[in-house]
Amino acid sequence: MTEEIRIGVFICHCGINIGGVVDVPAVVEYASTLPNIVHAERNLYTCSSEGLESIKAAIKEHNLNRVTVASCTPRTHEPLFRATCKEVGLNPYLFEFVNIRDQCSWVHMHEPERATEKAKDLLRMGVAKAARLEPLEELTSDVIPSAVVIGAGISGMTAALSVARNGFSVHLIEKEKEIGGMLRNLYRLYPTDEPAEEFLEQRIKAVKEHKRIALRLSSAVRAVEGYVGKFKVILDENGIEKSIDAGVIIVATGAEEFEPEGLYEYDGERVITQLQLEEQLKKGDLNWAGIKNVMMIQCAGARGEVVGYCSRICCMNAIKNAKLIKEAHPDINVFVAHNELQAYGEVYELYYRDAKKAGVRFLRFPLERRPKVRRSDGNLVVDVFHERMRLDIPLEADLVVLSVPLVQNPDATQLSKMLKVPLGQDKFFFEAHVKLRPVDFATDGIFLCGTAHGPKDIGESIAQGYAAASRATIPLARGYVHSEPIISSVNEELCIGCGICESVCPYGAIEVVETEEGGRARVTGVRCKGCGTCGSSCIKRAIKMYHFTDEQLIAQERAAVVTEVIS
Amino acid sequence: MAEVKIVGFLCNWCCYAGADLAGVSRFQYPSNIRIIRVMCSGRVDPVIILDAFLYGAAGVFVGGCHPGDCHYLQGNYYAEKKIEMARRLLKEAEVDPKRLRLEWVSASEGERFVKIIKEFTDEIKALGPVTFEKGAMEAACLAAADYRLRILATKERELLEEGNKYGEVFTRHEMDRLLDDLVREEYEVKRILLKLNKPMSVKELSAELNLKPNIVLRHILDLKRYELIDLHEIRDNTPTYIARELSEEGEITE
Ligand code: SF4
Ligand code: SF4
Repeated sequence: MTEEIRIGVFICHCGINIGGVVDVPAVVEYASTLPNIVHAERNLYTCSSEGLESIKAAIKEHNLNRVTVASCTPRTHEPLFRATCKEVGLNPYLFEFVNIRDQCSWVHMHEPERATEKAKDLLRMGVAKAARLEPLEELTSDVIPSAVVIGAGISGMTAALSVARNGFSVHLIEKEKEIGGMLRNLYRLYPTDEPAEEFLEQRIKAVKEHKRIALRLSSAVRAVEGYVGKFKVILDENGIEKSIDAGVIIVATGAEEFEPEGLYEYDGERVITQLQLEEQLKKGDLNWAGIKNVMMIQCAGARGEVVGYCSRICCMNAIKNAKLIKEAHPDINVFVAHNELQAYGEVYELYYRDAKKAGVRFLRFPLERRPKVRRSDGNLVVDVFHERMRLDIPLEADLVVLSVPLVQNPDATQLSKMLKVPLGQDKFFFEAHVKLRPVDFATDGIFLCGTAHGPKDIGESIAQGYAAASRATIPLARGYVHSEPIISSVNEELCIGCGICESVCPYGAIEVVETEEGGRARVTGVRCKGCGTCGSSCIKRAIKMYHFTDEQLIAQERAAVVTEVIS
Repeated sequence: MAEVKIVGFLCNWCCYAGADLAGVSRFQYPSNIRIIRVMCSGRVDPVIILDAFLYGAAGVFVGGCHPGDCHYLQGNYYAEKKIEMARRLLKEAEVDPKRLRLEWVSASEGERFVKIIKEFTDEIKALGPVTFEKGAMEAACLAAADYRLRILATKERELLEEGNKYGEVFTRHEMDRLLDDLVREEYEVKRILLKLNKPMSVKELSAELNLKPNIVLRHILDLKRYELIDLHEIRDNTPTYIARELSEEGEITE
């Protein structure tokens, strides 16, 4: 029996995001001319509750057995539309997504006609695939009820505590001999000026005392296998190899301070970084005798000098250290040379005013004329360009403090490869979606927090630690995960048991087994990740990749180039 | 005249995400590309690529993760070998292999994606709509579906790195020559097979396909041995041959 294909098409305006470029009514009209379409409509926002209701109503009213939405991107919205179909009893894998925003209206904003033509083509391709979709059943697998948190700085500790307090055991992995991360080197914290040590101590104590947290110190991750629910993390703990099983992984590896080698006469003695300053302030071993002028230089090495980005935290950090020095030593002149200052929010703004009141002097320089540090007769002189006078003002300094950016840890590259999660342009870990999934990776079961994700201050790192923990707790609490049935399957009548597929599968998910007919390849569903490499390698073309079958891809590709509809 | 169309196969994890990022950043690029999402660049079968050309794509773009970043560890590596195979077949069908491009684009490289697409689109526009002899491209598709070339595309690395079963390791240069020869042979065989939808003699085939008669004869004997063609009749002392029935997919049906 071949069932009649009944496709419903929903085209989204996305406010003006799509509708402002693509002629949506024209696309709807075009859609109704395509084969198998029994319903076509447009929505202001298909993902709004109204839009979703309308999909459900149409499925019922028109007896739809395929649904196609043309809107944003499947990477963010496919789960929502699939769930909507499922709610009214339509198999979620009979849903097809067409991306006419991120890959059409947004990138052809000045060519509305071409964008409309392209949207029609993309829709025709989506419908061609939709007609060939097959219902699939989700695979369910158990979740090991524990988490691995990599990195025991403030965000990692926060995440670990939060997961543990939710009732799950946590392996907290730290490469150093002690936990605490960068906070261990800090002096006082803005905006409260409380000693970092006291703040940290309470957290460390809570982590160490928690019975569900196992600390793995002096440990480095060597390999990661598995998938959400069943990860295996291989550790080198003090030279001994250990293997840990966990359901989820949280990456909290932190960042480090950029070393301004060769910039601004940096020598680590009289020209130092903010972190070096804090360490000395903390130990109390800075010799203030003979220091009359302190000069802090912002954006050193950042914002186009070496790295491109703004490190965000250095402004408040410099304001804090300048204020603390000025308060302790009112007769020392403290200057902060900056381009722009980030003291965002009311509390930080007030803190900045306090620093000014305490007598810290702020000097503004243009980015293309950054301050220059030179030595003259054994003295340090900083030339700061005065914007209004258009000239360099030479200022003597006895101590120069460089506000350098946070940069990614060198280990991150390797870790990103082991976890198969991406790094962004600035080498920080890259989240699944900046707004919709800010602490997830695109890979299920792996989460992200703290400065490994980009420069952040303590408060933000803590908040993100909680966020990552709450996301990670979802599969742990549920106890199972659904995995996509996008897997391969072998047509045993065509298969000759050559084993090529087995040789290319990275997960050992397909193996040749002996049958009465001879060797035949078999797939272990939960292991298969659906890459499809075995399918395109199979010498007899005996492998079918569910949801991305040859037939479906060929239909899409033909529909892309041939305007007349081919059945 | 309608604009040239480019079909893009983008892997879900890297390049497709990079293309989305280009959108989020509102970077603009030419509208010729029609994107198809796949899970991994390793999924993209040469058969599908060549089929896109057969149906009139002026260019095909495949985008995967950077080497070492593949979500599936090595899928992109296999993709590279498959693309090379498809390029060789395009060359046989006298289509500029530049029309098929493979690139690595990460999820954060929206800007790079745009740069590449602009460049590739310009290149394809300069080449113009694709032209080929239909039988030639069909033969290329069939050859890509044939097990001989599929084994080669997958095993190439092993042969380069570990050698064949006699322990002979191939150099890049030897490998290239071997591949060129085998691809050509396979392609010629498929061309002959397609021509034999009506009875023809070796001489006629040789003239139509511009192949030396001794080469045609060798292929004919092989095809006969594999029972893909039959002797049709002897016409004036000259044997003519005809293919057994071909199914739509190009698979041989009994
Ligand atoms: S590659 Fe294809 S024919 Fe060979 S064993 Fe795997 S499924 Fe069977
Ligand atoms: S689709 Fe990929 S993961 Fe699944 S069996 Fe094939 S090669 Fe292995």
